[in-house]
Amino acid sequence: MSKAAELAALIGSQTALSNRNLIINGAMKVAQRGTSSTGLHDSGYYTVDRYSLIFGNEDELRVTMTQNSVTDLAGFANSLKVQTTTAESAIAADESYYIINRYEGQDFQQLKYGTSNALSTTLSFYVKSSVTGTFAVAIYQTDGNDIIGSTYTINSADTWERKTITFAGNTLAAIVDDNTNAIMIDWFLAAGSNFTSVNNTSWGGYETGKLAYGHGTNAVATTTNATWEITGVQWELGEQATPFEHRSFGDELARCQRYYAERKNGTGGSMYYGNTLQAYGTSSIYGVIADYPVPMRATPTVSQSGDFGAYTASSGNNGMATTIGNLSATSHAWRTGGWSGNSNLTAGHAVVLYALSNAKLIADAEL
Amino acid sequence: MKIINAKYMKDMATDETVGIAATIDGTDVTVSLDPANRHYEEIMRQVAAGDLTIADAD
Repeated sequence: MSKAAELAALIGSQTALSNRNLIINGAMKVAQRGTSSTGLHDSGYYTVDRYSLIFGNEDELRVTMTQNSVTDLAGFANSLKVQTTTAESAIAADESYYIINRYEGQDFQQLKYGTSNALSTTLSFYVKSSVTGTFAVAIYQTDGNDIIGSTYTINSADTWERKTITFAGNTLAAIVDDNTNAIMIDWFLAAGSNFTSVNNTSWGGYETGKLAYGHGTNAVATTTNATWEITGVQWELGEQATPFEHRSFGDELARCQRYYAERKNGTGGSMYYGNTLQAYGTSSIYGVIADYPVPMRATPTVSQSGDFGAYTASSGNNGMATTIGNLSATSHAWRTGGWSGNSNLTAGHAVVLYALSNAKLIADAEL
Repeated sequence: MKIINAKYMKDMATDETVGIAATIDGTDVTVSLDPANRHYEEIMRQVAAGDLTIADAD
């Protein structure tokens, strides 16, 4: 097909020429939590932003998850990589192990789900594994409790392969237009027989047996040092996979920060936060510490790591505990509702907080 | 999600309840009282199931 014909087909298919990719962090550029996490056995978010590891009832399995540097796939610098460090002896019927990506309903209204005009979509990604065989992928829609799935095959070990899967639109249930968890994409690495018994190749009501229908190999989980990695994830409208749409690091970081954000002091000295707090009585300070980098999906869970201090004009830099007391969240900022530990404050005087080297504030509004 | 030591947190100045202090998967956090927050949703699920109790604020 000529370039002109390709462009005409693209326009004719109503596929957007830009902002095609519905996936956040598809090139695995952003890893705010760190680039490597080892000994993993519990479900959660580690390393690469927006991708959660799910462990379902394994006994021995331990894995390392990394934001891996890619040198053998032109156009990509990073991947999400998992490596089995302690193998599961065997995958029992009720055991599963997969990677999940969750999305808000308000970002997927254009799919027209729940109508007779529901649009088909195409998922594409690059995958490389030491294990060959057939792997399951599923899309679960929480609104309506519907699921559809498919499989892809890794043909050659330790070789990047691009996979493309087209899914029909879901006419059964609409996606609620809000900020809650609406769509989940699951890449299965292991699945027991409880999850593989019911055909899921068209949209239908969720059943456990549909979750990983067709999944053919559990060797990633049952083989010590087995690896599986993925990058270039794209989900787009239409029945044709287009080239991966690259975004800048800044663009991807801002998208990720809607769900997880840190204000970390990466310098050698102290990092002062910009907001001014107020002494409350003689022993406590009170107020907003720092705004989140971008508006977050929901009022987040907040936490802290490392040591912090407070500087006051009247009492100088002394006396405060190193952990911020009564740390809490507003819709837009980290705050303290009363950090005590000093007896030398003057009520009403301004206070500035600072983070010591490597200390950080964390806000988590993940789905 | 392993949640222990759940306790309501109050603002010292206003006495308003501003969150739930808890240890989740080994990390000390403050969970906002937002129904769209996944930790808050899980805390309320565990409370409803009788698996978790939230202590009153100091």
